[in-house]
Amino acid sequence: METSTATTGHEERPEFLQHHFATAQQQRETSKLGIWIFLVTEVLFFGGLFCFYAVYRSWYPEMFHEAHKLLNVSLGATNTVVLITSSLTMALAIRSMQVGSKKWTMINLGMTLALAGTFLVIKFIEYSHKIHEGLVWGKFFTFGEIDATNPHLFFSVYFAMTGLHGIHVIAGMITISWMMYRTSKNHFSADYYTPIEMTGLYWHLVDLIWIFLFPMLYLVG
Amino acid sequence: MSAETSNKPHILPLSVYFGVAAVLLVMTFVTVWAASFDFGEYNVIIAMVIAVFKASLVALIFMHLFWDNKIYSVAFVSSLVFLGFFLTLTMYDTLNRGDIYTERDRPIVPAAVIYESLEPAAGESETIVEDSLSQDEFEDESDSTDTSAEDEDWGFE
Amino acid sequence: MNTLPYKTYLNSPTGIKSWLLTKDHKRIGLMYLMAISLFFLVGGALALVMRLELFSPGEQFISAQTYNQLFTLHGAIMIFLFIIPSIPAALGNFILPMQLGAVDVAFPRLNLASWYVYVVGAIMALGAIVIGGVDTGWTFYTPYSVQTKGAITLIVMAVFVLGFSSIFTGLNFIATVHKMRAPGMTWFKMPLFCWGIYATAIIQVLATPVLAITALLLVLERGVGIGIFDPKMGGDPVLFQHFFWFYSHPAVYIMILPGMAIISELMATFSRKPVFGYKAVAYSSLAIALLSFVVWGHHMFTSGQSELSAMIFSFLTFSVAIPSAVKVFNWMSTMYRGSISFDVPMLYALAFLFLFTIGGLTGLFLGTLAVDLHLHDTYFIVAHFHYTMMGGTVIAFLGGLHYWWPKIWGRMYSEKWARISWALVFIGFNATFIPQFIMGSQGMPRRYFNYLDQYQPMHAFSSVGAYILGLGFLIMVVYLWHSVKNGPIAGSNPWGASTFEWTHSTSPPDPHNFKEQPVCDHEPYPYATTIFKSTNPYEMDDSDK
Repeated sequence: METSTATTGHEERPEFLQHHFATAQQQRETSKLGIWIFLVTEVLFFGGLFCFYAVYRSWYPEMFHEAHKLLNVSLGATNTVVLITSSLTMALAIRSMQVGSKKWTMINLGMTLALAGTFLVIKFIEYSHKIHEGLVWGKFFTFGEIDATNPHLFFSVYFAMTGLHGIHVIAGMITISWMMYRTSKNHFSADYYTPIEMTGLYWHLVDLIWIFLFPMLYLVG
Repeated sequence: MSAETSNKPHILPLSVYFGVAAVLLVMTFVTVWAASFDFGEYNVIIAMVIAVFKASLVALIFMHLFWDNKIYSVAFVSSLVFLGFFLTLTMYDTLNRGDIYTERDRPIVPAAVIYESLEPAAGESETIVEDSLSQDEFEDESDSTDTSAEDEDWGFE
Repeated sequence: MNTLPYKTYLNSPTGIKSWLLTKDHKRIGLMYLMAISLFFLVGGALALVMRLELFSPGEQFISAQTYNQLFTLHGAIMIFLFIIPSIPAALGNFILPMQLGAVDVAFPRLNLASWYVYVVGAIMALGAIVIGGVDTGWTFYTPYSVQTKGAITLIVMAVFVLGFSSIFTGLNFIATVHKMRAPGMTWFKMPLFCWGIYATAIIQVLATPVLAITALLLVLERGVGIGIFDPKMGGDPVLFQHFFWFYSHPAVYIMILPGMAIISELMATFSRKPVFGYKAVAYSSLAIALLSFVVWGHHMFTSGQSELSAMIFSFLTFSVAIPSAVKVFNWMSTMYRGSISFDVPMLYALAFLFLFTIGGLTGLFLGTLAVDLHLHDTYFIVAHFHYTMMGGTVIAFLGGLHYWWPKIWGRMYSEKWARISWALVFIGFNATFIPQFIMGSQGMPRRYFNYLDQYQPMHAFSSVGAYILGLGFLIMVVYLWHSVKNGPIAGSNPWGASTFEWTHSTSPPDPHNFKEQPVCDHEPYPYATTIFKSTNPYEMDDSDK
């Protein structure tokens, strides 16, 4: 592992290289390590909710089974497709910058943003249905036509998990918009696209978490 | 490791991206389809296996872990390992909560099953009980306390 | 020769703005040092108020409700605002990049952000005091924290925010240790301080997110009643304790590991020997970090968790003693046949060995399931964790502070007053907490406003000890403050230490740390092969006479 920090003043330093790094490679690897550690914290952040899910599902398996039938599988599946596609366009956006195509980077980032928006719209439709029927968390649960103990706990889990995920989608959309702005200002090139790559890693993690949330909540309950 | 040793990015062909996305979409339909059958206990396992497969594809290909420096994989996997500690130890409690109460609520049987099973040794169960008591100090002590029902479990197993 | 360098990180550039927007790890470290010192004094003052109230049974001058708020604030401030950021974010920020031979941490902007996030969290926590107070204890156990009035939501959100600050620091340090080391500095040539900070950073990154989600769920529980910690709705309050301690147990190692890291440095420098069993000490830091994640249930032996998991947690708890003991024995062996000088930092290191050993061994009592049932929630616990947190971490922090003070300011403090202050702290600390061990084993419950007459003499003894301790700190504040402007010039390496921050940099350091990039071509602590000349003004005076 190379860890040179030798300040080489006489060599030409690219504009994007910050003063405390010796080489562009060192900067890129450090940034990537940083974002991966951030993703680690995200996994454990959601991990608390996964634990929450696992404990209550193990305590009330029948209730989880009954309650999950009240979720709309086709909307959930559509959202899965939307999010996977957005992951694809995000990966393609990075690739486009790797080959130096600003135009295709913009198009792909734009598509990612649009798909993320679609995801939220569908989520909004689901939420408003649920809230309308009184299928909500904890003490506000008013839905009567379910035969199980403590069904509100399932919806506590549901809203906590999808809500936190939704916040991450919004954060991702803000970041992607910022990346589009910076791309349009020619901040990036085939030599330097680390911020887009980091946004991409974050966005894939958001997708990855949904890949688990979907079957856990909608399919097996 | 190629991305590590040179600053040149490792560019994948477009077909890989589209191929992976296609597999992910197909697997989404598979998991929905599989959920329409009831495999009982296996429902969760099937759904989770498919989810893990999809997640691995995203992590390895889209997130480039397959080609990148292994330190990123180590970091990512370590998060799952520690999440595993969290889940396992927490659920070890929540699943076994109150086990001791079922033991406590069980009626106290002065002549425990184990002693009856030893009956062939002698006709008088009294002597056998005494024998086993003298052999095992632990049971000796428990006999005189309230928790004897709990210790009986040793006998059942 | 005894003049301060012309251009240092302290004076260039100048202006308040250059400090508030700085990306220099040294300035950020110093800003952290100011902030945590402030909160330490606040938290300490709260403790002194409590000790005065407890001098004799019954109400003296504060009400029971106020007392509940005081111990909550003392705990919350000391833990979230002082101890957790103390060594990593203040001294670690300053020293870690310099020991690695780096110009800065990996992410300087994130570093500054972490300080601002910390300040925001601190303001929120203080706001909670102003708008209603908090009386749950720093652990915020449900269901009481859901039912009680007061500013629980705000202080829990403050904890959430402070968690981010801690995560940023940890993330930064991991990346720094991985990617910013000087040429030639391999993992096993790093000073042990870096190893300790690295292990701490791992815990910060892996555990703190769980605290964040716990805080969030508690806020949701209070705010919108999601019911997961509420037994009325089928939830489980004990689950909160699992969530909480999954962070907060590793967090006690966030507190102690950097303390151990400092002790390793002090032992090597003041014994003029490489640390005995360098690799064992390095690995034991990682082992402690790892094991810290699987023992949290020993806080819950009496909480109604399953007996089976209590047994498992009890068993696992003992395993933490192994790497801790590895460290202690290696430090002892480092001193063996060393050329020991009893400078003030070394006095703190020796105090650490003594106090931490007591704290650690009493921890084993508490990890024993049967004994814990008797001692749980008594003063024994209070005394135990003060011996580890205060006798361990704070004493190590003070050792580090006295060790690096000349590096930070370029000037020495008064050695005479430092020794007096050390003695007062050491005596006062033991006088405060040894009676608490005894009271605890006799059944004095913790967090109680009132107590039976039979405990009065020991409570009084403990209170007197607390004020001796307070006097020690008061003296320390005065002589340290005085030294900043008026102390004798320390020179670049007053202790004759071997790490880069002393050998390759001026005191105070250059804004860019080093005049030229240091290269690591030796084993850590090479006292056998190199003579490190001391620039200590006090020692020079002696030789001149």
